[in-house]
Amino acid sequence: MNDMRFTERAVVEDKKIAAKGVQVYYGSNHAIKDVNVDILDKTVTAFIGPSGCGKSTFLRCINRMNDTIDIARVEGDILLDGEDIYDAKVDPVQLRAKVGMVFQKPNPFPKSIYDNVAYGPRIHGLARTKADLDEIVEKSLRRAALWDEAKDRLEQPGTGLSGGQQQRLCIARAVATSPEVLLMDEPCSALDPIATAQVEELIDELRERFSVVIVTHSMQQAARVSQRTAFFHLGELVEYGETGQIFTNPEDPRTESYITGRIG
Amino acid sequence: MPVLWLVIAVLLLAAAGYVAGRQRALTSAGNDPRDLHSLPSYYGSHVFIKTAVPALIAMMLWLLVQPLVIESRISNVIPDTAISADTTRSLVMADVRRVAEGLNLAVNQGAMSAEDAARVRADTTDVRERLGEVGIALGSDVEPYVLQAAQSYRALSAAMSTWMTLFVAALAIAGCAIGLMRTRKDFRARNVVEAAILALLMLASTIAILTTLGIILSMLFETRNFFQQYPWHDFFFGLTWSPSFSGRGGASQLGIVPLLWGTLYISFIALLVAVPIGLFAAIYMSEYASPKARAVAKPLIEILAGIPTIVYGLFALITVGPLLRDYFAQPMGLGESASSVMTAGIVMGIMLIPFVSSLSDDIINAVPQAMRDGSLGLGATQSETIKQVIVPAALPGIVGAILLAASRAIGETMIVVLGAGAAAKLDLNPFEAMTTVTVKIVSQLTGDTDFASAETLVAFALGLTLFVITLGLNVLALYIVRKYREQYE
Repeated sequence: MNDMRFTERAVVEDKKIAAKGVQVYYGSNHAIKDVNVDILDKTVTAFIGPSGCGKSTFLRCINRMNDTIDIARVEGDILLDGEDIYDAKVDPVQLRAKVGMVFQKPNPFPKSIYDNVAYGPRIHGLARTKADLDEIVEKSLRRAALWDEAKDRLEQPGTGLSGGQQQRLCIARAVATSPEVLLMDEPCSALDPIATAQVEELIDELRERFSVVIVTHSMQQAARVSQRTAFFHLGELVEYGETGQIFTNPEDPRTESYITGRIG
Repeated sequence: MPVLWLVIAVLLLAAAGYVAGRQRALTSAGNDPRDLHSLPSYYGSHVFIKTAVPALIAMMLWLLVQPLVIESRISNVIPDTAISADTTRSLVMADVRRVAEGLNLAVNQGAMSAEDAARVRADTTDVRERLGEVGIALGSDVEPYVLQAAQSYRALSAAMSTWMTLFVAALAIAGCAIGLMRTRKDFRARNVVEAAILALLMLASTIAILTTLGIILSMLFETRNFFQQYPWHDFFFGLTWSPSFSGRGGASQLGIVPLLWGTLYISFIALLVAVPIGLFAAIYMSEYASPKARAVAKPLIEILAGIPTIVYGLFALITVGPLLRDYFAQPMGLGESASSVMTAGIVMGIMLIPFVSSLSDDIINAVPQAMRDGSLGLGATQSETIKQVIVPAALPGIVGAILLAASRAIGETMIVVLGAGAAAKLDLNPFEAMTTVTVKIVSQLTGDTDFASAETLVAFALGLTLFVITLGLNVLALYIVRKYREQYE
């Protein structure tokens, strides 16, 4: 492990999301067992753990994407800025505009690059004029480090981009709705190492504005991009803390076994 | 039935060849199947194919060619003097065949011995009466030359059948022997058998293509005959459809325009009914309905597709037609007719709902879940997701479904006969009776028809025109659907 860039890790101890006693059931399967975690603002938080440990499930609880699965049931409290997102008066659709999501496989819509990025702003009425919208699209594409490659082909279909470009387009699309939190579910697992490096660099830049939560299978990636790391195992949150500490001096023996490659 | 016995014999020989081939392969490998190139059953199948396939193909070809050969030989026997003014050679040949069949029957039933049948003479025996006894009624007394021809017809077919049996048997035995000789442990029997299966598959697809081709050619041929009798520009641009059957005087006017207008008008109304209902049903089924509701509702909708169109026609005739007339057409002063474009169009639209909904449903379901997640994850509602992502993504496929439904509507007949009537008219009023191309094809070809007059042959020109239109729609639909498929791969 490298020195984990401790100097950069002067994080603001500002609680963005607080989860208390979260339980998730898929039918009779108890997928998440009593998870308590505080996710900080303007920080990259990585969820690591072996396959099927519940890290993606927990991620999908934060923007209520589990609502779309009929048999999923969520218990406990998840507070975003102190408000319970599972409260009856919260509209999950509004919530998802505030908590954007990038998926494992790049999933651009079969529309032009411009329309892909403009999709969210159009739905939420974020732009008053065409010029406004153009500006949002450009800003989002720049933020996703895709502007230079895409500026001359905005009208071409987003599905025609390469895999790494598609994933950055999806990030631009998520950024365009100006969310407060960005959830990323293994965003690099379908990408080659060069595209992965670009996306990782991007994630580090996104930290200036958003709270980023990233699920990853790669411990190196967690170590490279995150300031905080949560280790999930069999539906439980085993350990959560500073990334440097988790990787160099884990408290729980299961964490140590996992990061040294003995389980997982 | 010598042919049936021959087939059974060939198959038995092939089955024996299967056992022998399998055994021979095993023996050549010292009874260790692991030393064989292919599984033992492949060696057996190889001998089976070598035995049965060439023999049976030869038999089929022989059976196709044999009647032609016999006909040409026998018709030479008939003296030219026998072909008088009121008859033709083919009519005399029909007599010959009939007498020959009668003789065969008489021999089979024991009313005549085989020698009698071969030797009987028209001037000494009343052949007509004797054949009448075994149930073959002849129109007139048998002429001596007809009886003679019939007798040589019988002799020739018996001889040719014998030759065929010998030839086919020889082919089967030779095939079996060659197959067995080739069978050795290094012989690649599996590859040979698989090549045979490939040939079978190719044959199946060729038959489908050739049938289409045959249909087109037969239509083209008759259409050409029609256009020799009737000017093509009057057919394609004529605004009046009033065929007059020969004998009643007056020339026919055979313009396709009123029929095409009726066809397109009724199809348009049908699609106006079927597309929104079908599409909305599909969206509900695939996006909103719970699995339980879907499991019940989808088969129920598809039942509509199983109702025979004549039943839809009855529904149009006794329910929808009078209803539209009494509550819409008459109060609005638009017409007095229960049969109308509207009636046929609405009922046909109902018939088409399952086509549109079922195909669209499959296509909407084929849109990847990642698209829905992506849109929902951006804070879109389910409805926005459907409008902005799912339907646009599925649109090419949906258009394909609509075009398939359209070609179905254009070809529909029964609903139109019962719902819209049979009057060819060029009118904009949807409560007026009109008719379509298909209905007129039926009415031109039913009853006493003379297949040489323009009034009958026009049916083929109509059919071909319709075929070209629906073919065009289907090609367009296939093209669009194929383009859609490329999008997610």
